[in-house]
Amino acid sequence: MLAAIGLNSEEDLVSYLASDVRFNGKLAIPDGKSEYEIVDYFKQRAAENALGYSSFLGAGVYYHYRPVLVDTVVSRGEFLTSYTPYQAEISQGTLTSIFEFQTMICQLTGMEVANASMYDGSSAVPEAAMMAVRITRRDKVLVARTVHPEYRQVLQTYTQHQGIPLEEIGYDKKGRLDLDDLRKKLNEDVAAIIVQTPNFFGLLEQLGEMKRLVAAKGALLVVVFTEAAALGIIEPPRDADVVVGELQSFAISPSYGGPYVGIIATLEKYIRQIPGRLVGETTDAAGHRAFCLTLATREQHIRREKATSNICTNQALLALMATVFMTLYGKEGLRELAVQNLSKAHYLAGKLPLRFDAPFFNEFVITANGRSPEEINSKLLEQKIIGGLPLGRFYPELTNCMLLCATEMNKRSDMDAVASAFKN
Amino acid sequence: MIKQVTRHIVQNEPLLFEQSSPGKKGYQLPALDVPESDPEKVLGRENVRDEIDGFPEVSEFEALRHFTRLSTWNYAIDLGLYPLGSCTMKYNPRINELVARTEGVAWAHPYQPESLSQGCMEVIAALESALAEITGMDAVTLQPAAGAHGEFTGILMIRALLESRGNARKKILVPDSAHGTNPATAMMVGYTVENIKSNDRGMVDLGVLERVVTEDVAGLMITNPNTVGVFEENIRKICATLHDKGALVYMDGANMNALVGVARPGDFGVDVMHLNLHKTFSTPHGGGGPGSGAVAVAKVLTPFLPGPRLKREGDKWHWNYDLPQSIGRVRAYYGNFGVLVRALAYIMAHGGNGLRQATLDALLNANYIRTLLEPYYELAYKAPSMHECVFSDDRQAKHGIRTGDVAKRLIDYGFHPYTVSFPLIVRGAMMIEPTETEGKRDLDAFIDAMISIAKEVEETPELVAKAPHSTRTLRVDEVTAARKPVVRWIPRSTASQAAD
Amino acid sequence: MTYPDTYKYTKQHEWVHANGDSGTIGITNHAQHELGDIVFVELPKTGTNVRKGEALGSVESVKAVSDIYSPVSGEIVAVNELLSHHPEKLNQDPHGDAWLAKIKFSAPGEMDELLSADDYQKYVSAE
Repeated sequence: MLAAIGLNSEEDLVSYLASDVRFNGKLAIPDGKSEYEIVDYFKQRAAENALGYSSFLGAGVYYHYRPVLVDTVVSRGEFLTSYTPYQAEISQGTLTSIFEFQTMICQLTGMEVANASMYDGSSAVPEAAMMAVRITRRDKVLVARTVHPEYRQVLQTYTQHQGIPLEEIGYDKKGRLDLDDLRKKLNEDVAAIIVQTPNFFGLLEQLGEMKRLVAAKGALLVVVFTEAAALGIIEPPRDADVVVGELQSFAISPSYGGPYVGIIATLEKYIRQIPGRLVGETTDAAGHRAFCLTLATREQHIRREKATSNICTNQALLALMATVFMTLYGKEGLRELAVQNLSKAHYLAGKLPLRFDAPFFNEFVITANGRSPEEINSKLLEQKIIGGLPLGRFYPELTNCMLLCATEMNKRSDMDAVASAFKN
Repeated sequence: MIKQVTRHIVQNEPLLFEQSSPGKKGYQLPALDVPESDPEKVLGRENVRDEIDGFPEVSEFEALRHFTRLSTWNYAIDLGLYPLGSCTMKYNPRINELVARTEGVAWAHPYQPESLSQGCMEVIAALESALAEITGMDAVTLQPAAGAHGEFTGILMIRALLESRGNARKKILVPDSAHGTNPATAMMVGYTVENIKSNDRGMVDLGVLERVVTEDVAGLMITNPNTVGVFEENIRKICATLHDKGALVYMDGANMNALVGVARPGDFGVDVMHLNLHKTFSTPHGGGGPGSGAVAVAKVLTPFLPGPRLKREGDKWHWNYDLPQSIGRVRAYYGNFGVLVRALAYIMAHGGNGLRQATLDALLNANYIRTLLEPYYELAYKAPSMHECVFSDDRQAKHGIRTGDVAKRLIDYGFHPYTVSFPLIVRGAMMIEPTETEGKRDLDAFIDAMISIAKEVEETPELVAKAPHSTRTLRVDEVTAARKPVVRWIPRSTASQAAD
Repeated sequence: MTYPDTYKYTKQHEWVHANGDSGTIGITNHAQHELGDIVFVELPKTGTNVRKGEALGSVESVKAVSDIYSPVSGEIVAVNELLSHHPEKLNQDPHGDAWLAKIKFSAPGEMDELLSADDYQKYVSAE
């Protein structure tokens, strides 16, 4: 091949580069390792983590069973190693499954349009804020303090240089968004209020009342969810103008924080304002049904600096995992899964001092009387149980409180052990 | 007529919703070991939903067959070459998939105690270190989820640095050859964009640059090698020009596959850059994502990195949140960890020498294609190509055939198209990047196909204009899809319209 | 398609047809031809004031977006609702049924700065 190009050695491929830009050393990276050494390396790393523990952590990342079939499907080379479906004729597999995904997200959330995924729930929140600003042509955004603290931090990072001032709405004594505080801060400058349900404390927010207040001022209601499993039983946010959330619960491994899969969904009338990829139904030259990426003129590769967002790569493979999960569980399964979560959490909560008195799904806040949440967690670790999240790091006023989550994966015996740890 | 399941091109396969049957399920949960809660009692009747209208109800096997059939309608790297420029569609090693699923790693919760997360933290530290070495930069963050996200992070840091010096400045310079994410990102950080024209070699014009860099310019976003596959020969001078006026240089690292082991951006003056782990470092594209947009910075920008940062205390890793000048978070938790595992496994498998060899192989493959196709297609720029080459459709346009048509005809030969109509500075661009994965046999097959198409353009242009002819669907009507968008399935009263 | 000689034109391929102190604005046949199949038209709200040369909307095909620049200054008094449901009309009848907006002139003298049908025809032939 070198001969065909008229070169003598492969070094000739780079020797034309000036010496002051070429790297003439050797990369300080150890020699290539065999498969077995690499597998071994990660086994050792795994052993340095929590192996064989049961966990009561939630707070935005949830432990749910992953059906075996999920990996079977996504491990197929045609899904795993395929590219973004820009060439519709040879990507109907990906496009069809994304169309199914978009449909299921609409069915789940009560919205009319959903895109093909965002990076994760946390980065979808500022995208929704930016949408609301574009739609209402107002610049201020209100956000509930009961939205996941790290999600709020991301919102802050994104909005700080786009002329979008943020203001927080506090929570009332029941742990839900303070409607009086909202009434006070709502005015005609506000583009949207962002609220999470179930909220970070696990409680269901009062969306109906919020919608009335917000609509009266011409602002939008943006609803966030971090626990997708809740939508199997709780009323979807039909009052929302935009819904964003995290689908990690649907067969995505917790994987120390990522990759996950975010969604953004909205009403038909806002379809041109939604960021990210959209798959649409159409026909081919012979009149048969086919799917393709559509409304690309919103996106960066065409609109460049006027794009709805800069997003290019999304989370397609994980959206496929979630699609397979939703397919296997189906209509009844998501409901049964949600009821199991509800039951496990309420069983555990029944034995503990609850901090807030309002309906919750599978997470709840308890007060650690006498000892600190950290002390209780230390005790539980001795029994190979990882307790809940001490809230002091995010809510200084709740330093003696802990956020616990119980899902279908938590055993009764472990829950009894947690309850005991609180008593003694 | 009997409808049979034959080869994948003709099989029928409705959508899940069209083949659902009430009561069918594909799951089984263990029995509850606690009393079952009554949702209406516990949540309040008004908070309980009706059933999820329209949601699929199929058996486990029906689900498997459905997705398996769909998969056979996809092209993939496992099946054949993707000559997509700047996408770096290389082999996705399967060992990466295995190690990413190692239980203690895949099931780690981001909030679990640090004492029980040392393994994950070590992986992050090891990858940060390896990427710093590869790029010649001083520090790396693995938080951003993709390239565009990394760009956003990088420009935010530039802004934070300039603000700390008293003036954020107003604009970002972007070459007209840049990827669309570049200007879109600059706008999201509150800057305006000024486009700078490339010179006749397809590179940044130094004269133009010197004129436009003023004290209003915060930085330049440059891709190197650029989107025509050519190394920016004046890169040192370019960086110096920006630095002299107190501005910074952001490098889009999408084309890093040309530089690993051969040149290091930190050595030639770049202040901040992103890497696409799903390009250069082999993590799978999965039909559009996930990716990971690691960002590497020079010392001057390290105080502004997103937090938290890993800190070594004794023999343990610790997450440090005490970062007074950090730009904050660009996403929750620490990064696309599962993707990081795969990238680290790739680096470990290659080693320093292997990484450099991969680069040379990528350059060889691209130049081989360029040399053999030059007699048939108009080469856009004469400067030496690195890992990709770009042609224009000028010669084919004389016969009424454009780059998009040639691309569609390539499908009939069993290949995925190259990158069509990008970069915008080339008329009717054909951007081709084979990567180091392809051997001579597959490269020759691709070259033969392109040569054959060039002949068809002259002799039987209709064949090319109406391509592809051999796929499951013919050319798709994108116009109607955009005029009347239908983005979800809605129950129809008539029978299903499954393609056959 | 010929260019009506009662219209005036710009080098950005817009036309304006005066009717007293107001007029109608559209894009030319050359413009729609370059764009290809049009899928969406973004028009301003009535009541908007525009200056000559300012963007008043955009036209989209599948793969491209083009801004439309107002040939004259004035207040938008009507927009063509037909285009929101039938963007393809812009390909079919750009000089007639697929007008974009009606505008009340604020600086009638600007009309003299525009190209005549003849000059515009020469301009596009040279392009």
